[in-house]
Amino acid sequence: MQPDLWALYRLMLHSRLFENAVIHLWDEGLISGEMHMGIGEEAIVAGIVSQLIEGDALALDHRGTPPLLMRGVDPVLLLREFLGRPDGLCAGMGGHMHLFSREHLAASSGIVGASGPAAVGFALSGVLQRPGTLAVAFFGEGSMNQGMLLESMNLAVVWNLPVLFVCKDNGWSISTMSPSMTGGNLLDRAHGFGMPGIAVDGNDIESFYAVGEEAVQRARNGEGPTFIRASCSHPEGHMLGLQLQRIARQPLKEMGEIAGPLLRSVTRVKGASLRERVESVKEILSMLGKTIKEEYIPGDDPLKLTRQKLIKDESRLDDLEREVLQEIEIVVEQALEPEELELGRTQ
Amino acid sequence: MRKLNFSEAAEDALAQAMAQDKHIIYFGEDVVANRRNLLVRFGKDRVRNTPISESAFLGAAVTAAMSGLRPVVEIMIIDFIAVAMDALLNHAAKIETFSGGKWNVPLVVRAACGGGYGDGGQHEQSLWGWLAHIPGLSVVVPSTPADAGGLILAALEHPNPVIFLEHKLLAENWLDFMGTGGRKTVQFDVPVEGARGPAPRKWQQIPIGQAVERRKGSDLTIISIGVGVHRALEAADSLDEQGISVSVIDLRTISPLDKGAIIESVAKTGRLLVVDEDYESFGLSGELAAITLEAGIPLKYNRVCTMGTIPFSRELEDQALPNVQRIKKAAVSLMEN
Repeated sequence: MQPDLWALYRLMLHSRLFENAVIHLWDEGLISGEMHMGIGEEAIVAGIVSQLIEGDALALDHRGTPPLLMRGVDPVLLLREFLGRPDGLCAGMGGHMHLFSREHLAASSGIVGASGPAAVGFALSGVLQRPGTLAVAFFGEGSMNQGMLLESMNLAVVWNLPVLFVCKDNGWSISTMSPSMTGGNLLDRAHGFGMPGIAVDGNDIESFYAVGEEAVQRARNGEGPTFIRASCSHPEGHMLGLQLQRIARQPLKEMGEIAGPLLRSVTRVKGASLRERVESVKEILSMLGKTIKEEYIPGDDPLKLTRQKLIKDESRLDDLEREVLQEIEIVVEQALEPEELELGRTQ
Repeated sequence: MRKLNFSEAAEDALAQAMAQDKHIIYFGEDVVANRRNLLVRFGKDRVRNTPISESAFLGAAVTAAMSGLRPVVEIMIIDFIAVAMDALLNHAAKIETFSGGKWNVPLVVRAACGGGYGDGGQHEQSLWGWLAHIPGLSVVVPSTPADAGGLILAALEHPNPVIFLEHKLLAENWLDFMGTGGRKTVQFDVPVEGARGPAPRKWQQIPIGQAVERRKGSDLTIISIGVGVHRALEAADSLDEQGISVSVIDLRTISPLDKGAIIESVAKTGRLLVVDEDYESFGLSGELAAITLEAGIPLKYNRVCTMGTIPFSRELEDQALPNVQRIKKAAVSLMEN
């Protein structure tokens, strides 16, 4: 089936603008702790979530915002959760890494790889109680070295469960370049478990949708799990305010802080040989260099790519974008309204 | 004496030990970025990045330690130890006993712990009581830069596994990483004396299992560890104005406990208040009551611990974690009853 690009673009834009508002509120200090954005993953999430039916389940990682929004969770409740309010999605108890929506069968975790076993359990209850449904696990490529995820892939195969293992591969595990810590090839790992593994451009909604559709059909037909490796990028880095990103954006200010201790350490007596020290400095520079390069030459943006496909109907596009922007403005306004409990108290 | 930040002190002492002992190696996730100062000095054979595979690299550290190396393994935050718990619980902690005392595991596990910056209940736990429950593991939790350096040095010279926990409100690099993120719009209740303080040029070890009295007092003994020590000291100053004289003991090590110091102080005051950022039930706070009672000390007892799963909401989190108000209230109630 041909995907409805207009509907998908709407989902993606809604998520992007919502998350842009989240960035602003986090910068303002209204959201505490770490904040991991799903910006850059929208095509992957939309391509799968738009194909879900009632009874399908979502096992999410620490970037749960786009999947929950696209699945239909009330954005006001979501934003209030991020603000830590008692009237938030999880009463302000979970926060953005620990989001749960029972009615959507959606559970997230801040533990890397945990979405694998979670999806297997959802799929098992699906097979026994909701025939024809499936479970999706979203995770990053860094989790592909986590035992529990690999174990859950095997479990899904031997129990022939309807699981979509969706690997969002941006090439970075926080500040570590993932290929430097990953042996072999991720598709081969899936194949090794006896499961189809497909690589696809996660920024191209049409290609991704097609791959997702095939995996969804396999799952619903009782043909077992599928592994999808979708490339993407995270223009906001691993999380907001990570030092590596700050260096890329304000090199003079941030490098000043780290250069002194680094220089003192590299010149201290006792330690590795000069050759080894030089190699280590090179390794750090290569990590910084890659971050800076990606900051200024970002990867493909799934929204821009989708927009280009719709640009021929510019007035419809304008209307849609204006409408979504207004929706988000209303969401932010409503989310920031005083809590009803407090109003009650002052009356 | 020079002054250092908490993390600087730990790193400085670690570097001193690494320069002296080539068997010390350091590995964990993101170490190239986060421990870059050690990397550029000691090279990538000794300072290694790992994949996100805690059960593999902590399990590997156990046998690396058994066969000639002295690994320091960084588990970014202690909550993540759950993924690799088998290596500690069933292996590192038991090898010495299983081998009839013929083989030991000189391993240091380093992790950030604690809350107070709004990161939610999967990233802010303390878990030291849970770890100390296992025979064969030592657990240390420094509350000042000087102790951070002295205790990591002791951990590196210890013949058996030591868990070294650094509180995120004290360790400036972790607070920046998980709490501040370069923002000027957020503030945290960081104990000033714990985050920055005097540090020796040449580090000496602070023996594992040695508590220290941070404040003298005669009416009541508060025993705490980590950030709780600073909260207790703040409460003690305020209680002093109300005429309650409080002694504050910083355990520094949870396992093995400094039973002598604990019993001596409680014997004098007859009142014990435990301030523990770990969970209330089945943990350190109950253990402290048990050892004083076992020593035959009659005492009045109260505790201020973390209540339930730590909420994400900053406001609720501040109520769930031990705070100065709760400590003062518990102290006053101990004096009244």
